[in-house]
Amino acid sequence: MPFIPHTEQDIQSMLASIGAKNIDALFDEIPAALRSGKLTAVGDGLNEMQVSRLMRERAAQDNQPLNFIGAGAYEHHIPAAVWEIATRGEYYTAYTPYQAEASQGTLQTLYEYQTMIASLTGMDASNASLYDGASGLAEAILMAVRAHKSSRRVLLPASVSPLYRSVARSIVKLQNIELVEIPFDSATGTTDLDALQQHAGGDIAALVIPQPNFFGALEDVDALTAWAHAQGALAIGLVNPLTLALLKAPGQWSEKGADIAVGDGQPLGAPLSSGGPYFGFMCCKQALVRQMPGRIIGRTVDLNGKPGFTLTLQAREQHIRRAKATSNICSNQGLMVAAATIHMALLGVDGLRRAAAASHANTQALAELASGINGVKRLFGAPHFHEVVLHLPGSSARVLHSMAGQGISGGFDLQPHYPQLGNAILVCATETKTNEDLQRFVAALRHAL
Amino acid sequence: MLIFERSHAGRRNAAQAPHHAAIANGIPAALLRQDQPLLPEASEMDVVRHYTRLSQKNFSIDTHFYPLGSCTMKYNPRACNTLAMLPNFLARHPLAPEATGQGMLACLYDLQEILKDVTGMAGVSLMPMAGAQGEFAGIAMIRAYHDARGDTARTEIIVPDAAHGTNPATAVMCGYTVKEIPTDANGDVDLAALRAATGPQTAGLMLTNPSTLGVFEKQIQAIQNIIHDAGGLLYYDGANLNAILGKVKPGDMGFDVIHMNLHKTFSTPHGGGGPGAGAVGVAQRLLPFLPLPVVTKLPSPHGGEGARRAGEGASGEAVSYRYLTEKDLPQSIGHLSAFSGNIGILLRAYVYARMLGAEGMHRVAEFATLNANYLMAELGKAGFTVAFPQRRASHEFIVSIKPLKDATGISAMDVAKRLLDKGFHPPTTYFPMLVPECLLIEPTETESKETLDGFVNALKEIRDEAHATPELVKGAPHSMPVRRLDDVKAARELDLAWKPAAGAP
Ligand SMILES: Cc1ncc(COP(=O)(O)O)c(C=O)c1O
Repeated sequence: MPFIPHTEQDIQSMLASIGAKNIDALFDEIPAALRSGKLTAVGDGLNEMQVSRLMRERAAQDNQPLNFIGAGAYEHHIPAAVWEIATRGEYYTAYTPYQAEASQGTLQTLYEYQTMIASLTGMDASNASLYDGASGLAEAILMAVRAHKSSRRVLLPASVSPLYRSVARSIVKLQNIELVEIPFDSATGTTDLDALQQHAGGDIAALVIPQPNFFGALEDVDALTAWAHAQGALAIGLVNPLTLALLKAPGQWSEKGADIAVGDGQPLGAPLSSGGPYFGFMCCKQALVRQMPGRIIGRTVDLNGKPGFTLTLQAREQHIRRAKATSNICSNQGLMVAAATIHMALLGVDGLRRAAAASHANTQALAELASGINGVKRLFGAPHFHEVVLHLPGSSARVLHSMAGQGISGGFDLQPHYPQLGNAILVCATETKTNEDLQRFVAALRHAL
Repeated sequence: MLIFERSHAGRRNAAQAPHHAAIANGIPAALLRQDQPLLPEASEMDVVRHYTRLSQKNFSIDTHFYPLGSCTMKYNPRACNTLAMLPNFLARHPLAPEATGQGMLACLYDLQEILKDVTGMAGVSLMPMAGAQGEFAGIAMIRAYHDARGDTARTEIIVPDAAHGTNPATAVMCGYTVKEIPTDANGDVDLAALRAATGPQTAGLMLTNPSTLGVFEKQIQAIQNIIHDAGGLLYYDGANLNAILGKVKPGDMGFDVIHMNLHKTFSTPHGGGGPGAGAVGVAQRLLPFLPLPVVTKLPSPHGGEGARRAGEGASGEAVSYRYLTEKDLPQSIGHLSAFSGNIGILLRAYVYARMLGAEGMHRVAEFATLNANYLMAELGKAGFTVAFPQRRASHEFIVSIKPLKDATGISAMDVAKRLLDKGFHPPTTYFPMLVPECLLIEPTETESKETLDGFVNALKEIRDEAHATPELVKGAPHSMPVRRLDDVKAARELDLAWKPAAGAP
């Protein structure tokens, strides 16, 4: 019996202890009419050899093209040690660290993570993760509305990922929160400050500030943060944690810094994996800690005065506060955070900077090369970071399809999400790409056109 | 020692990072960072040693019996991990063409079909990333259903007092108010209270069956009638699905929408807190509202690239798979994650389901129930106070430490901590809150009789110690890396991130 250790003798002696005739008798409280018959869609059990063969065949179908898509998930080198350690049984098969004394490994790892991510974002405190960047943005919006108290309106620039905006809408609309879209400047690709100014003096709970934004363009984060604060609104920084090795941290934006920093931790050690598991990170200023959703780890001392780690501020959470909790989140993405911690520790600031800088340089080089093709041009003039928008002289869908046929994922088609941009694609070349890879991209694009 | 304390300025791992210089060109200085983030500077070996040693401070399923009630800490087969981490699965970008993910999508599609079968629901979306997000999806669908019918006066979700905290928290996130109803002396829902609470304002009821008290709700038919007659819908919290897997289908009990915790019932790892997967299943009338994306199978390839890459169906005909989008399900509650949920976890659940097969699936509930009832019987015989001795245990049951506490002052918390010294992870403590000084014990089907016997002995020893040397128990644990921690200090003097000592470089 797969994964069941009982011998016939075990079964008989256990039933005798219970005083039951057979195992079926243990289900005698369940009304007979509810007992289900045989499962028909499940099939016979496969042993390890058979299921390995099945999965290897399926994986073999999924040979991957050379990837130039970013758009919220980035292909970076992950040191071999990261997943070797993260999948050790002691990390992999532990539960949420409710019993602190028997979970110091997980707890200390999470505390170290909180330290690293809070420092990267320039914020005071971090939680121990949310599900992903998009649902994390929704939680940040809910948190800002709780903290603001009077307004239920949040400004959400169109330069935020359309995928994120759609998730945020699905989640926050049920609490009657109004999301107001702020258009972007068609020359720079960054938030249109004139359009934003039209909301000055309004009752606004928060402004979301993406950096870099979905187009890879760099926003004037100081001006945006100052503007939000001038309206009495919170500033929510939506950031890529890897880029923060080089870019100004949300905690340093303008005079007071952003109030909440949120985003997806995927660039820190999570494989692309068709979209997950990744993890959402969330950091905030000290004053907002009690409004933060999710697990938080604190350092304290034991009975002997020895330092140790434990879940803290649990009175925010559903298992204590129930209907009045800051969120319903219970399980989070813990193992991804352990991996991110190991990833950051291995790379250090220098390694993260190199990875970010190399990705930036590769994307710049790619844009340059592509712009050499007749009719292909960079769409936005603002400075960008490690992702750019290219405008094509032909149908973006058709070009990407043709490139796919040549074994290349040529970028993310912006056309369906931003029809006003015409045949535009978002491209990204991380540090994993060589010069030859860039040349292959250009050749495939040329051929597609 | 923290990793930061192992840091030495200037040490770095040349093998891990790109050769490229750590400088980005073309970015205005005002947008660049001037300070140095606080990350360690340590060698690869330092880092490997540090986290390997830290991991060794954990209890885990791979190292210890972990009977945490409501959490289903069963063995996580290693094959699931190995096969979900095959390089092509890890390498695929979520926005790459679907033609490059046909093998992965085939697994997800099959998993949807398996989950439909075991739950008796009409449709499944795999996308919620944990149980609580599955709950959100489920209650959001209930709301979308009522709204679509113009039935907007329904403002309340009913939740039994034994419910998990995520249930009421979810209802509030979906814009509802929560009405809590009591449990009767047998551990069942108080029907009179339910009748009184139900009315035209009722949007739905959230129920766990077997309940968090570890007993099967026998009056489920009556409950269903009360809610449905009032026009409400029935939500099934599937955290306890392990108890009835292959025995009873939630769909047959009349539930309209359910979530499953694949990280419980389908044996995907808990990872020290996650990631999980909280697939949702719905009855016919909620199909249009499923969260996106959902995987569908096309009888023939949808053209071009797909045709060449697509696999073959059972009977050899060409098939292909694709995600349903807003265009297919315009009434969907939408997306809950940027991409498609925790795919890597879903692949693990799929491998597990295929290894069990139909027979193995039936056995899960049988042996989970056998183990729980055996453990309950043995503890009862040993003189422990079982909360519902007149009932069958489902896959879990409750022991109350209250009599021991009255006699010796030793609490459920003390017993839990002393269990650590005996080499057992404790059961869930102080949940559900209805039973004082409770231990919610869930052994799961993957544990052997010897392990259960060892656990009974440990509890007996602790009881003896409670009488003979209570201070030994109150001071436990004694053999862990730390003794009991000061939670009050942790919350009052918040230390959530390490800071270098003043004056340090
Ligand atoms: C009864 C019950 N419902 C819901 C949940 C929430 O599941 P998750 O932690 O996956 O969000 C849990 C798990 O802790 C549970 O035990």
